[in-house]
Amino acid sequence: MAGNGEILLEVKHLVKHYPVTKGFIFQRQVGAVRAVDGLDFYIRKGETLGLVGESGCGKTTTGRVILRLQEPTSGEALFETRDIFKLGKEELRRMRRNMQIIFQDPYSSLNPRMTVGDIIGEPLEIHNLARGKEKVRRVQELLEVVGLSPYHANRYPHEFSGGQRQRIGIARALAVNPKLIIADEPVSALDVSIQAQVLNLLQELQKEFGLTYLFIAHDLSVVKHISDRIAVMYLGKIVELADADELFSNPQHPYTEALLSAVPIPNPEMRRDRIILPGDVPSPVNPPSGCRFHTRCLYAQPSCSVDEPEFVDIGNGHFVACPVRPFKTQRSKAAVYRPAASAANS
Amino acid sequence: MSQDAAAAPRVAASPAPAGRARTPLQLAWRRLRRYRLAVVGGVTLVCLYAAMALAPFLAPYALDYSDRSLFYAPPVGVHWVDARGRLHLRPFVYAYRVVDASLPAYAPDTSRTYDIHFFVRGAPYRLLWIVPGDVHLLGVDAPARLFLLGTDQFGRDLLSRLLYGSAVSLLIGILVVLITFPIGMILGGIAGYYGGFIDNVIMRSVEVLAAFPSFYLLLTLASVLPPTLSSGARLFMISAVFSFVGWGGLARVLRGIVLGIRDVEFVLAARAAGLSDLRVIVRHVLPTTTSYVIVAATLTIPGVILGESGLSFLGLGVQEPSTSWGLLLAQAQSIEALTQFPWLLTPGVLIVVAVLAFNFLGDGVRDALDPRQRVA
Repeated sequence: MAGNGEILLEVKHLVKHYPVTKGFIFQRQVGAVRAVDGLDFYIRKGETLGLVGESGCGKTTTGRVILRLQEPTSGEALFETRDIFKLGKEELRRMRRNMQIIFQDPYSSLNPRMTVGDIIGEPLEIHNLARGKEKVRRVQELLEVVGLSPYHANRYPHEFSGGQRQRIGIARALAVNPKLIIADEPVSALDVSIQAQVLNLLQELQKEFGLTYLFIAHDLSVVKHISDRIAVMYLGKIVELADADELFSNPQHPYTEALLSAVPIPNPEMRRDRIILPGDVPSPVNPPSGCRFHTRCLYAQPSCSVDEPEFVDIGNGHFVACPVRPFKTQRSKAAVYRPAASAANS
Repeated sequence: MSQDAAAAPRVAASPAPAGRARTPLQLAWRRLRRYRLAVVGGVTLVCLYAAMALAPFLAPYALDYSDRSLFYAPPVGVHWVDARGRLHLRPFVYAYRVVDASLPAYAPDTSRTYDIHFFVRGAPYRLLWIVPGDVHLLGVDAPARLFLLGTDQFGRDLLSRLLYGSAVSLLIGILVVLITFPIGMILGGIAGYYGGFIDNVIMRSVEVLAAFPSFYLLLTLASVLPPTLSSGARLFMISAVFSFVGWGGLARVLRGIVLGIRDVEFVLAARAAGLSDLRVIVRHVLPTTTSYVIVAATLTIPGVILGESGLSFLGLGVQEPSTSWGLLLAQAQSIEALTQFPWLLTPGVLIVVAVLAFNFLGDGVRDALDPRQRVA
């Protein structure tokens, strides 16, 4: 499952700000929602990078900007050494064959007025991959690949369940034989039993077609199940990035630690103290100075509100943006953490 | 499918794999047929439009026919039994007898019966401006007259004029929709999809337009039309006037819908698949607005019919000798006319019927297309 080392996508200093404007006809910018504020990460060929964080931290924006569904404010995204953000219209159109997206909501992601066959066949036509009978055959093949039946091609989305719709969305993404699939919370809207089916499907497809995933989610157990490496985002920045097992067993950022403590343990006998972070996520319009997490951090030092922490490799590809290291030695008595609990969970 | 149903009625619910599924529009059509009022409205409209298309054939007299000696004549009575109590196999009418020409007052002349003939030759006409003909559905021999709904102050047959006048009243709504909707859809779609500066310019113009007192604007624009204009050109100009006032509201609503649909995930998916802006708009964004557009159209038409009636009533719409329901109703303005010649109110009845029919149909269509009412 792990990548072979070759880098497929490298994102450098990715920034996406949404301008906040005032004025009637002549608008002036009075601020910006700093949805994504300087991301650096890479994905190796054939691996799955999980991107986690709470609502509004910029996960979805990151995925959409990489696909140029929204234009970035600045930064680079090198796909096999070509910068996606510098492509012209036609080049971008051709590039779209390489990158596809699976959406969170299986209900709004399929056009209710088109048959499943038309939905899956549309990318084939656009990229001149198949037409006529060949297209029909290919659509039926894709439906079988995602576990549906060929005759479903003539049906409309409203005739399917959520899990089936998500499979249709996956088939549409696969239609153009992409190398990278950005899965934007693909199972968050599904029942737990269906979640497992879809996750297993995604893993099988990865093996079969050598796909690379950027897997966006807020559910840590899902991310752990599917990811090779995991990046944790907080307020538009990645605070920690490490191999999945390493991140779960040895979290180095206080925010990661708090997130992990919130993962439910499927054992009623087991007790674990949750780390409850004080306060709310600050507004991305006016993020805190220095380390963005310092307003809620249990180990914050005076310097944290001044210096922006660097995102550094602390060994074995484990990146963390927290200078208070190893923070566990600085632990205050308020925060109680039992490593045994997280070990039991894995 | 029918064989399946015969063999196992419960299994029939799951269609055969090869069967083509019902489209969302087919489902809506099925729901629509369940609203009785909407069906009544729809059937009424079909009848009205059929009558309009066949007006020259259905009308006993030509548009310009008049018998000045029989002005304000009441509707002629259709009889089966004559004054001597004999039953006739054909319905017949009596000729009018002038009792007092100054009032005026008429009585039937029962000395002789005049059979109503079917498919009689009469004044030549062109059906739908193309097919020539001179056969009329009904007719009687002179000197009897077949004034089934009475006559106006010039002795013109009201029924014939209602049939001819329906063309203006029923077509103007459709004409206005045909002009307004493309403008509103294009401008609203552009404003919503691209947003920003373009959106601002279009929406501010809509607001400027909405700030005009619209009926006053209508009156002014209608009054500058030259009176020499042919009736067809005049109808078109009046439609243009209505459209000029009407596109703004539609553009504003469509902009809102498009703005909402632009960021829905299936539109993003289409963009991610590599579709051009134009294809995204035509294949994914605009079809989503169809249900609103259909409903808006069926509810816009009655408004325009009323508007045209109002204009014609004030003498600024259709000009004599061509006619419309509003113009015909204008004759029933005085109390005298209302009390003595109540048959002059029939154009008003037709306007009410047509407007109600459109509204019932529109309501039904709206309910049928509402995705929140998915009752299979």
